[in-house]
Amino acid sequence: MSEVPLELKYTKSHEWLRVEDDGLVTVGISDHAQELLGDLVFVELPETGTEFVAGDECCVVESVKAASDVYMPISGEIVEINEALVDEPEIINSSPYDSGWLFKVQPSAEEIEDLMDADAYQAEIAE
Amino acid sequence: MSDKTVLFDKHLEYKGKIVDFAGWQMPVNYGSQVDEHHQVRNDAGMFDVSHMVILDLHKATEAGDIKALLQRLLANDVAKLTENGKALYSCMLNPEGGVIDDLIVYYMTDDWYRIVVNAGTAAKDLAWFNQHADDFGVSVKARDDLAMIAVQGPHAREKAFEVLPLDVVEAATPLERFFGADCGEWFVGRTGYTGEDGFEIMVPDSEAPALWDKLAGAGVKPCGLGARDTLRLEAGMNLYGSDMTEETSPLISGLGWTIAWLPEDRDFIGRSIIEKEKADGVRQKIVGLILEERGVLRSHQKVVVEHDGKQLEGEITSGSFSPSLQKSIALARVPIEIGDFCGVEIRGKILKARVVKPVFVRDGKAV
Repeated sequence: MSEVPLELKYTKSHEWLRVEDDGLVTVGISDHAQELLGDLVFVELPETGTEFVAGDECCVVESVKAASDVYMPISGEIVEINEALVDEPEIINSSPYDSGWLFKVQPSAEEIEDLMDADAYQAEIAE
Repeated sequence: MSDKTVLFDKHLEYKGKIVDFAGWQMPVNYGSQVDEHHQVRNDAGMFDVSHMVILDLHKATEAGDIKALLQRLLANDVAKLTENGKALYSCMLNPEGGVIDDLIVYYMTDDWYRIVVNAGTAAKDLAWFNQHADDFGVSVKARDDLAMIAVQGPHAREKAFEVLPLDVVEAATPLERFFGADCGEWFVGRTGYTGEDGFEIMVPDSEAPALWDKLAGAGVKPCGLGARDTLRLEAGMNLYGSDMTEETSPLISGLGWTIAWLPEDRDFIGRSIIEKEKADGVRQKIVGLILEERGVLRSHQKVVVEHDGKQLEGEITSGSFSPSLQKSIALARVPIEIGDFCGVEIRGKILKARVVKPVFVRDGKAV
């Protein structure tokens, strides 16, 4: 069974979001997503300072098996990226919700409450 | 509805992640395909390859001639097989010179050749054999009653010998590479698809699950199709359907070495077309690529070759990340003018790749 932490928000395309104390939103891919992809070997992160609209392709994660786009779950600007993933993309496999985060966003709109909570995401991936 | 091999329940028991492959429900990995890859390169792993199809060819009539049939159907020449048990890798071509399938044929006796073909092509292969077999007085039987387990890796041999029946061990012990031996209903070939030493063991369906457990108990870990693909790619072995198809000749698929042109009067199917292709000058070839930048090479990515101020194009036929080299590697069909480097287009960007011979790792060592 994939882990689905209760305090996070989720998208249908398997990104997770966490609102930090400073108002920034941290984004990663879910445990379910990393399980589907298998061993990750490459991550193409967005550049900091780039602004995206919710739904934009903003990042690519590649496993041995396949490449997968990561979609921007909310509109906003990339303010920080997880540089450690460049050399060790496998961190996403071992710690998808913690050290395997992808990037942090300064949100430009109130969109996060519209995303799925843990129960809804759990139901989504159980289908 | 896809098929299951006799080992399907074992795959679930060993926590295999099941995917559909060529109409079969097969394990892609049992946790980590990278770990499984290293397991085979450094120690010993096993693969369920029961979805591949074993064909036994026997004489159907007194005058039946299996050798003549295979000399007509295969681009390599079974006349090279003079010792009992010797195996040969060959393409089977259509009249247009495209590849129907690649296969291994074992010469057991004048009255018994055993052929192993790919799962996805088995139905058309069988139809093709049957279409020609009568003319040569040969019967073709698909051995659906046999399972096949490939044990591969530097320690595969000793670990398998700990648990194989004694008479099978006796039959397998003296085998040189690319030889097979039968032992009752069992059959062992010193062959594989990983670039490592090992055996492909054919075993009656009823005995396969117990053998799987015993091999696992001896430390031969279950490995899925994911690792099988990265292992064969590193070994520079072609994958049917990706690196060659019915639309590509063996001459542009890195398989020229498998064609037996002599004797000149051996009229194998497809010969006249590829002979003309060769005489006219082959314009493409298969090379290996190693990506010099970060990223992952994938099949169908465009290869860009600069030559004489012109830009020529090729295509990746198989690409992945190489766990052994920790770099992305690929096989690519490219113009013969290619030099030491080329570009590969990945998501709109041209990344630099080094051009190498299409083999990356053999017997655990980088080539």
